[in-house]
Amino acid sequence: MHELSIALSIIDIASKQASEARAKQVKEVELDIGTLAGIEFESLEFALSVAVKDTLLEDTHFRINRIDPQSECLACHHIYTPNGIFGSCPECQEFNNRLLRGKELQIKSLLIE
Amino acid sequence: MCDTCGCGNQEKQVRITRPGEPEQETHNHDHPHSHGHHDHDHPHSHGHHHDHDHEHHDQTHQRLIRVEEDILGKNKLVASRNRGYFEAKGVVALNLMSSPGSGKTTLLEQSIKALAGRRQVGVIEGDQQTLNDANRIHKAGAPVVQVNTGNGCHLDAEMIRQALDKLELQENSVLFIENVGNLVCPSLFELGEKSRVVIISVTEGEDKPLKYPTMFEHADLCVINKTDLLPYVDFDKEKAKSYALSVNPHLQVMELSAKTGEGLDQWIEWILSLVNI
Repeated sequence: MHELSIALSIIDIASKQASEARAKQVKEVELDIGTLAGIEFESLEFALSVAVKDTLLEDTHFRINRIDPQSECLACHHIYTPNGIFGSCPECQEFNNRLLRGKELQIKSLLIE
Repeated sequence: MCDTCGCGNQEKQVRITRPGEPEQETHNHDHPHSHGHHDHDHPHSHGHHHDHDHEHHDQTHQRLIRVEEDILGKNKLVASRNRGYFEAKGVVALNLMSSPGSGKTTLLEQSIKALAGRRQVGVIEGDQQTLNDANRIHKAGAPVVQVNTGNGCHLDAEMIRQALDKLELQENSVLFIENVGNLVCPSLFELGEKSRVVIISVTEGEDKPLKYPTMFEHADLCVINKTDLLPYVDFDKEKAKSYALSVNPHLQVMELSAKTGEGLDQWIEWILSLVNI
């Protein structure tokens, strides 16, 4: 349910940027969302469709890049794709790892007119 | 848009009340529906241009703006402000998160008693509705502010900032922030806390850490509460611990019973150990 808060933040940031750039219309917003960022993608898409009402982004297309996770094992430094948040290193079975990507929650760019 | 009432205002229907205060029924964002003329100035200034027609036939007048902005950046900024406030006052702020019914409020009542004479305590209670928890804490003798999030599923840094305006927080005290009972959403919103505590109880499944990994991944301490009920339930605490550690190898795990007081000492010692960090 927090996806609505996230959607509102996205609209907030994008509206501000668009009005500073004197945009008449925002054609597209590009987002990087990691699959481990704690976001349900379908909920976010639904929340965005509701949250754009009465804003400059009412007809905006949201391009959401899903960023798959990548971890580094802190024991053997093997780089691997973790199976969710938990899960050990496939090489040495250690749980101690550092997530290199997969938690992104970022507005990349706006395409304005 | 307000995420509660859909009124078009960015702020939320959040109520912040102290026990004994009349509960306001109104939104605390005065919504004068000024959103008709938002601060995105679109004064249709292109109407003033003389060369208006020339500009218009350019169909591909599109521009890409690089934003690269953290979606939760605003919350993080306010959380940092809160953190600065806590540091300046010497306050240790703890964000307590759990599913509903794990015994957070009972643990707080016991903690207030146990810390009496050693450390001043303040409490911010988060619930969707009612002042029930704040009234319990008030009875236990600590200054408390209730944040009612309406339909909101988590506390955010701005709610804490507003609650701090009402809470008479003493210097060098311990601030407990009891988040909305929910093992999912609160994990994403930092509040400015020094530590995050996730509480589970033995009446829940021991696989909670696997089912809700994000919460456990972000926590510093996991408290397993209601250990007095262990003889009557099938909860395997060793399994629960190993699941929790598989999600977050740096997590500390502690068992206690807020009801009987068993194990409460180590909890209090843990809190006091944060005071000097």
